[in-house]
Amino acid sequence: MQVIQGKSIFGGIAIGPIIFFTKEQNQVKRSKIEDTAGEIARYEAAIITAQEQLGKLYEKALKEVGESGAQIFEVHQMMLEDDDYNDSVKNIIETQMVNAEYAVATTGDNFAEIFAAMEDEYFQARAVDMKDISERVINVLMGVGEVSGWEEPSIIVAEDLAPSETVQFDKSKLLGFVTRLGSSNSHTAILARTMNIPALIQIDIKEEWNGKMGIIDGFSGEFYIDPEPEVLEKYQEKKAEQEEHRRLLAEQKGKPTVTKSGKEIKLFANIGSVSDLPAAMGNDAGGIGLFRSEFLYLESGDYPTEDDQFKAYKMVAETMAGKKVIIRTLDIGADKQVDYFNLDKEENPAMGLRAIRICLTRPEIFKTQLRAILRASAFGNIAVMYPMIISVDEVRKIKEIMAEVKAELDAAGIQYGEVEQGIMIETPASVIISDLLAQEVDFFSIGTNDLTQYTLAIDRQNAKLDEFYNPHHEAVLRMIEMVVDNAHKAGIWAGICGELGADTGLTDRFMAMGVDELSVSPTFIYPVRQIIREYEGPTK
Amino acid sequence: MAKFNYVITDEVGLHARPAGLLAKQAKATGAKITLNCNGKSADASKLMAVMGRGVKKGMEVEVTVEGDNADAVAAEMETFFKENL
Repeated sequence: MQVIQGKSIFGGIAIGPIIFFTKEQNQVKRSKIEDTAGEIARYEAAIITAQEQLGKLYEKALKEVGESGAQIFEVHQMMLEDDDYNDSVKNIIETQMVNAEYAVATTGDNFAEIFAAMEDEYFQARAVDMKDISERVINVLMGVGEVSGWEEPSIIVAEDLAPSETVQFDKSKLLGFVTRLGSSNSHTAILARTMNIPALIQIDIKEEWNGKMGIIDGFSGEFYIDPEPEVLEKYQEKKAEQEEHRRLLAEQKGKPTVTKSGKEIKLFANIGSVSDLPAAMGNDAGGIGLFRSEFLYLESGDYPTEDDQFKAYKMVAETMAGKKVIIRTLDIGADKQVDYFNLDKEENPAMGLRAIRICLTRPEIFKTQLRAILRASAFGNIAVMYPMIISVDEVRKIKEIMAEVKAELDAAGIQYGEVEQGIMIETPASVIISDLLAQEVDFFSIGTNDLTQYTLAIDRQNAKLDEFYNPHHEAVLRMIEMVVDNAHKAGIWAGICGELGADTGLTDRFMAMGVDELSVSPTFIYPVRQIIREYEGPTK
Repeated sequence: MAKFNYVITDEVGLHARPAGLLAKQAKATGAKITLNCNGKSADASKLMAVMGRGVKKGMEVEVTVEGDNADAVAAEMETFFKENL
């Protein structure tokens, strides 16, 4: 068994035999031509055929994936009408006295290079379109047919796939695809998402995989070749769960998260990194209720720069397009070790120097993060929340630091948006003084994992304590109610971003308590939405 | 000659599809329509040239129209920009 890590462009599980897809390599040869006028006529005839093919592909894609997925073929048609492109081909044929295939290949490469050299990612990705349209014309010129089919439903492994290739595949026989190249901004990626096909990119593919069994895990980005029987079984179960989830999805997609009594609940997603975004979007998240910023620190060998952070936050904000994105500031500590922080080993890490405590003792790290968050807020609807709060003083100190950072940005003329500030309620202390804390902030988000651990004095990692552990302990539930009441008294909203938020056995009770927001793992959005929509009782 | 200025509001900028529609419409008018942005210009009837300018959201383009009925064509182009970009 081999496991290879790639980058997922669409979540989901695919299991099936691998087909190594090689394009019929049209080795374009340069040959001398005497009759240049005849060669140009041959080119013009090929363009007409290529246009007809694209017209048919447009119709096919329109039926299968809709207008937005089909547009690419319309664009390809327009590209083939371009004067500069056509003039370039004809000019090469005439001046160099060469065959049309060579002239098209050269023109395609030249235009692709121009786009590849552009700054903006969108325009860079258009280089693939240049190659795609040129290949189509060359195939027509050489009399090569379009992509042929295969018998059994399979996973397609390829160097790269052009949009015209993905749409020609017979969908009932396409389980997913894995490519070495491709960007998450490419048309292929967009098509994969529209067609709901798990797809991985940036995998170092090998021809020897042809015919072997493969598994795509579109959630983790892993690709398994020749999986062990246990792994195969595990994924078959996961796939069955996924199908059940899809069924729910079909019913809940696009529906508002509103109780029968008419209260609209913010149903958001928790994400751990930028790569979780497709899952959040695919599951209809109303926003991001918890963006764990730690990954930026854990994945890095040194403090991530302001620009690195800014890019990640900006990308999330832009992708969510105006929906709220709540970024939780750095929450590492003695249990989540990051070497370059040089933290001491502690006797009791859960109660040690972690989260906001690090930020307040080392404000330079904190300020860098806040600057990055504020700068990104100019590109979307960003809110920030602070973990592990135990006192009003802490919150005031944080707000002072925030004000300093804003003053620095103002002085430098750097723009930022309105950023709501909230706190995590995850210590019993913060629950007890939640009435005071509510005067200081814009919202509360209850972190039930830590809150339960601190309240019950039970270490979740210790399996021997399982018999004492009750995730639905009345103490924790009453605390949640108290926090929500105090939030509402102060006119702010309160939500839950811990595991309990996704516990469908408690959703009704949370509605009765008046919880305003639930932020859950993307896959829990539909099950939770279903219960909320069926909830008939009162809400506060 | 007639001209107008327009600031792109489309999220992706002057991308492939509107650039293609623009080229079609520009060709149909028969006038010479030029797109100026950041000191560079492109013939609006040429899709690749227009895309090659890499015009992004928030950038201002100046469109000039030369030929018969320049004013009417410019008004038509301005409507096109407002509707598509």
